[in-house]
Amino acid sequence: MSTSLPPSALAITGLKKTYSDGFVALKGVDLHVESGDFFALLGPNGAGKSTTIGVICSLVSKTSGTVSVFGHSIDDDFAAAKRCIGVVPQEFNFNQFEKVLNIVVTQGGYYGLTRKESLVRAEKYLRLLDLWDKRDVVSRTLSGGMKRRLMIARALVHEPRLLILDEPTAGVDIELRRSMWDFLQQVNKSGTTIILTTHYLEEAESLCRNIAIIDEGSIVANSSMKNLLDKLSQEVLVLDVVESLPNDFTLENFRCHWVDEHCIEVSIDREQHVNTLFTALEARQLNVKSLRNKANRLEEMFVSLLKNPAKHLDADYPRYNFVSDEVSV
Amino acid sequence: MNFTGQWVAFKTIVYREIHRFMRIWVQTLVPPAITIALYFLIFGQLIGSRIGQMGGFDYMQFVVPGLIMMAVIQNSYANVVSSFFGTKFQRNIEELLVAPVLEITILLGYIVGGMARGIAVGSIVTLLALFFTDLTVNNWWITISMVLLTAIVFSLTGFINAIFAESFDDISIIPTFVLTPMIYLGGVFYSIDLLPSFWAKISLANPILYMVNGFRYGILGVSDINIWQAYGMLVVFVIIGFSVSLYLLAKAEKLRT
Repeated sequence: MSTSLPPSALAITGLKKTYSDGFVALKGVDLHVESGDFFALLGPNGAGKSTTIGVICSLVSKTSGTVSVFGHSIDDDFAAAKRCIGVVPQEFNFNQFEKVLNIVVTQGGYYGLTRKESLVRAEKYLRLLDLWDKRDVVSRTLSGGMKRRLMIARALVHEPRLLILDEPTAGVDIELRRSMWDFLQQVNKSGTTIILTTHYLEEAESLCRNIAIIDEGSIVANSSMKNLLDKLSQEVLVLDVVESLPNDFTLENFRCHWVDEHCIEVSIDREQHVNTLFTALEARQLNVKSLRNKANRLEEMFVSLLKNPAKHLDADYPRYNFVSDEVSV
Repeated sequence: MNFTGQWVAFKTIVYREIHRFMRIWVQTLVPPAITIALYFLIFGQLIGSRIGQMGGFDYMQFVVPGLIMMAVIQNSYANVVSSFFGTKFQRNIEELLVAPVLEITILLGYIVGGMARGIAVGSIVTLLALFFTDLTVNNWWITISMVLLTAIVFSLTGFINAIFAESFDDISIIPTFVLTPMIYLGGVFYSIDLLPSFWAKISLANPILYMVNGFRYGILGVSDINIWQAYGMLVVFVIIGFSVSLYLLAKAEKLRT
């Protein structure tokens, strides 16, 4: 007796796209996202993320290749494939003159939900996304964050099995971003597969279990987040110390870079332990006030995988110097 | 999505379209009513009383069917072209493109929306006409079928215009430079019997002449052209317009990238 595996949430094979002006956006993308996954698709501007999403959602015509959603081909069984997908695009694309509730209810109607069913679902998701009080407000008067949440509610009204979010937290303040993360994690826990593209690499690292990095129309990495980050050969820690340090400061077994008299950067290889660093610092009778990563680990990996990282650095990807832990020795 | 799902999607589009023009009724229903009322007053009452009879009727009675048809043509066209271009411009056409709605469902939804506005304004204009003249209908079936077919043709024309339009200029060029001259030269205000033979023959190439005269026949029982020729012309336009619109929508080169 043979048991067949459930189909992938998304299976893309040999996807190519050449635009009418000759620009080759996708050069043969292969991508598989398992059901229930929280998946990150990362890449710099123009790498092919939005084109890939556009093809999946029927907004961009592919040149060649196959795409199937939960086993439904977008070519042969487009209605079933589309019913499985909810999409939150990068740009606001709802009727700016329509009321919030009408936008969500109308979208339900496009998926065959009666007005009564749509109203029930719309209330559910507008409440969950804290927009119910704004249901009779004309959408153009909403704040940027509210507009983003409106697009999420609209994408969820037909309760898709696969939710695709194209930079959903772009331009959203940190507090709201965190609350959206919590919401998306709940949606994922309820069984919805989520594919996320983002410029905030911290977001991908926090939310996603698996990741693909696309650059110049090709997938350059595709694995679990843990495996990808494990490939990092070293991390750079920034230490603020109480005592004054000479500019030729060194630590045995560690590469140090003197930043100023109270700050050094220390490179730690994968094989080394942070404890060893603290032991070395203690031996020198140095007290560390704070410790932080020089950059987001995923960002380090991301940049290392790009074919032309200089083109994208600083322009698109703000460096994160978030504090990992306050440590005293 | 099964038939029931497509039916719900169709009703959703129609509801949305009617809701749209009703929400902005000051822009969509009032101006055409005022404009046509002024036509009644100036051409029908003030100037018409000096023109005398045309086609065997008072000029006011003669001109009313043409003006009602003018309202139907302009408004069914305007509704679809502005609504569909608006969805393209704001990119909320993507809401429809990502959903499992068939192209034919989308097209039928927009057609019925355009017909609804054309008929709504046509009805308002008809009520206004009753203040200026008595109206008796010669043949209800011909009257209603002419209005419906004409509204379908111009909803389709508006749809095609909107698919190709890339700016707001593009959706005003056709109504201003093509539609209005064709309506004015399409027998709304006069019988082509008044024209010299050469210009009368040229007028026969204007499809609006057939629609106006077909409708006038329904109301007054007089027409410059054969009523079956008018039906034939309208049916051909509906088939061509529907096929072209559906092809463009399915191909969607102007909608998808």
